[in-house]
Amino acid sequence: MLENKREHLAKFQSLIALAVMLIAMSLLSDSFFTPENGLNILRQISVNLSLSIGMTLIILTGGIDLSVGAILALSGAVAAGLLKNGIVIEPLGVKLQFTVIGSIVSGLLVGSAAGLFNGIAVTRFKLPPFVATLGMFSIARGLTMLWTGGFPVTGLGSSFGYIGTGVLLGIPVPVWITGGLVGVFVALTRKTRFGRHVYAVGGNERASLLTGLPVDRIKIAVYTLGGLLAGMAGLIVTARLDSAQPNAGLGYELDSIAAVVIGGTSLSGGRGSVMGTVLGCLIIGVLNNGLFLLNVSPFWQQVVKGFVILAAVAVDRMSQRDR
Amino acid sequence: MTVSGDLVLEAKKISKLFPGVKALDGVDLTLRSGRLTALLGENGAGKSTLMKILAGVQPPDEGELLVDRKPVQFTGPRHAHDHGIAMIHQELSLVPDLSVAENIFLGREPLRFETLIDYSELNRQASQWLKRLELDVSPTTPVRRLRVGQQQLVEIARALAGNVRILIMDEPTSAITDRETEVLFRCIADLKKQGVAIVYITHRLEELEQIADDIVVMRDGCLIGTAEFGELSHDEMVRMMVGREVKVLSKESSTNKHPVLSAGNISLKHPTRPGDFLVNEVDLHVCKGEVLGIFGLMGAGRTELLECLFGLHPKTSSGNVSIHDECVRLKCPADAIAHGLALVPEDRKHDGLVLSMSVAENASLASLKQAERFGFIDRAKEREHTRRFVERFRVKTPSLREKIVNLSGGNQQKVILAKWLATGPAVLMLDEPTRGIDIHAKNEIYTLIDELTTDGLAVIMVSSELPEVMAVSDRILVMCEGRATQEFDRAEATEEAILQAALPKRTSIPC
Repeated sequence: MLENKREHLAKFQSLIALAVMLIAMSLLSDSFFTPENGLNILRQISVNLSLSIGMTLIILTGGIDLSVGAILALSGAVAAGLLKNGIVIEPLGVKLQFTVIGSIVSGLLVGSAAGLFNGIAVTRFKLPPFVATLGMFSIARGLTMLWTGGFPVTGLGSSFGYIGTGVLLGIPVPVWITGGLVGVFVALTRKTRFGRHVYAVGGNERASLLTGLPVDRIKIAVYTLGGLLAGMAGLIVTARLDSAQPNAGLGYELDSIAAVVIGGTSLSGGRGSVMGTVLGCLIIGVLNNGLFLLNVSPFWQQVVKGFVILAAVAVDRMSQRDR
Repeated sequence: MTVSGDLVLEAKKISKLFPGVKALDGVDLTLRSGRLTALLGENGAGKSTLMKILAGVQPPDEGELLVDRKPVQFTGPRHAHDHGIAMIHQELSLVPDLSVAENIFLGREPLRFETLIDYSELNRQASQWLKRLELDVSPTTPVRRLRVGQQQLVEIARALAGNVRILIMDEPTSAITDRETEVLFRCIADLKKQGVAIVYITHRLEELEQIADDIVVMRDGCLIGTAEFGELSHDEMVRMMVGREVKVLSKESSTNKHPVLSAGNISLKHPTRPGDFLVNEVDLHVCKGEVLGIFGLMGAGRTELLECLFGLHPKTSSGNVSIHDECVRLKCPADAIAHGLALVPEDRKHDGLVLSMSVAENASLASLKQAERFGFIDRAKEREHTRRFVERFRVKTPSLREKIVNLSGGNQQKVILAKWLATGPAVLMLDEPTRGIDIHAKNEIYTLIDELTTDGLAVIMVSSELPEVMAVSDRILVMCEGRATQEFDRAEATEEAILQAALPKRTSIPC
């Protein structure tokens, strides 16, 4: 079992924090504790959750990814551009037009490719993850601007929009998507050899290498998955707005790191869980939603979020020191 | 001003406990001004621990320190330094990006207006020290650009510049050339004239003739003897350093079998000194059911030899390895494991265990594939798979889910053994398998090694504990400064002969 008492405690702390917030918000606002608002919160967190699942894997190996927000924008822009305008291959004089499915797959491929690049930079070129992904942050932002010319790509049609605005069996489609992703990645981290190896590499990289684990391949895989999930998040954002904004996802990497940390995953790697990150996203989502319903200024929301991050990490550190 | 021969430091009944080990047991030491005391002993004898206590790096658990006949209790190295005690560490402790001069005067820079560093004065004073040590570098050179030997001299300059009365040197000549050693010895002679008391740790007994006044020999945390230099012969010193009784495991000597692993011409280049080798043309082989012991002092290249065999230095090592008569090229540990090798590393916590994981997760890490079903880990299968080994090795743990950090050192080591045994290896390489674990657990590990070889495993065991090597091995390979110097059969090995083969003979190191 990967969960020890300490991790139980960390998850417990997040759960208590979430419960306290739910009760407090319910008492303070009549419109908070309703099924509609519940689904609303789930839909609102779906983008951050998609990013944060990938971020959890990366942080579990002891890395970090600052480029997910930029990859989100690039993937969304590529998918939207291919769908709306297709692509002209000059030397052949051909114009390729993309279907909805084709553009979705392309968006996901672009995200994965950017993640793969991060992984190769971290392993083959031995760049610190902070630096490698900071570079990708700039590269992806620049490419997005080049691709869109700095203008939003709008009018993508209702079938593409279904990813972001559709409702299936009373539940928004983005919630179905991220719910599915949570299921897949919880199983991946807890039940597979790959998942166990991710924890081992983050827990002790040298020991993992000496035990014969393919450390480099594991790292490349987690960064690629991080890029893939950022691509998914980009599709959701673009579909929801019916528009690919060149500046989409600005600062999202910080929200996703915050969710992972609040969820009890250690920034030094080896300790944490995808379920913890789900709780972390919920806490941030409930906080934003509740404060909005209470008419608290969005500026104050940021201040409160900052203190929640500090408190979460401080409590985690203290429980570690108790040993 | 002290007169030569004055008592400057006395240590009385110093004891120090580390978890599970008594590192020092009631040791006395006296240092006199203007005299050099050579401190001798095997690895793990407690020399470095004693010196760290004198230098204020660690407090003693029991005992008393007197400087100038007044009792002192050091709060840290700085406090010891205020009493005129400086230590030159075996591991370099310079700041690589600061200049030579800045390093020499770190923490006591000459100031202008009491606030700003007076760089011209700093560099002027530094160049005087460099001249005295005949070190031909500019005081403004960053330390990172110097060779290790030159860095060692800078470290020495730093200790000297601090106006010391008691200087502790821990193997200062291990990384410097003959010429630099001569300069160092001239400096030592100067210092003695000035009345500085020196403690000098070394494995090179040949050096003593030029510098030593007194000899102190330690073994297993105890003081074995003190004498003036010249009262003891070379052989007597060696005999005092060894001579521990250990019960020898009854064991039939292995018959001449076919080697499972044989390696020829294994060499490993030094990472920073071109033309120098950490492992130098070593040949070895090990047969089924046999234990090959590898003995050597610190820095003999034993660990590096195992690392080469395990595929950890594919770019800088060379040589031929064959396993079961098949010539193999091992480019990474995964290759080595696939060919039936296993390595239990020296540093358990750093290299062996994933401390954030449980006993079961650590034990199954190398063989997780066997616990898989339809691509998913079957936890029941995993527990079943690891329980076999954990029970066989009598690992004491409340459950398989217990965190590995909560186990004792001996039990942690058994879990690492369990991890490797689960991969079904042909050759098990153990690097200091009993370091830092208590006597009882040590004996258990010896028994396990015995059982495993009876089952047909070939074992290579590196150890710096002579009695252990003698008790466990069928054959003993002795290494010194990267080379295999001699090989002994179990029957013909004596502690004196082994240690003689392990002690460096002064040969010139290329510049």
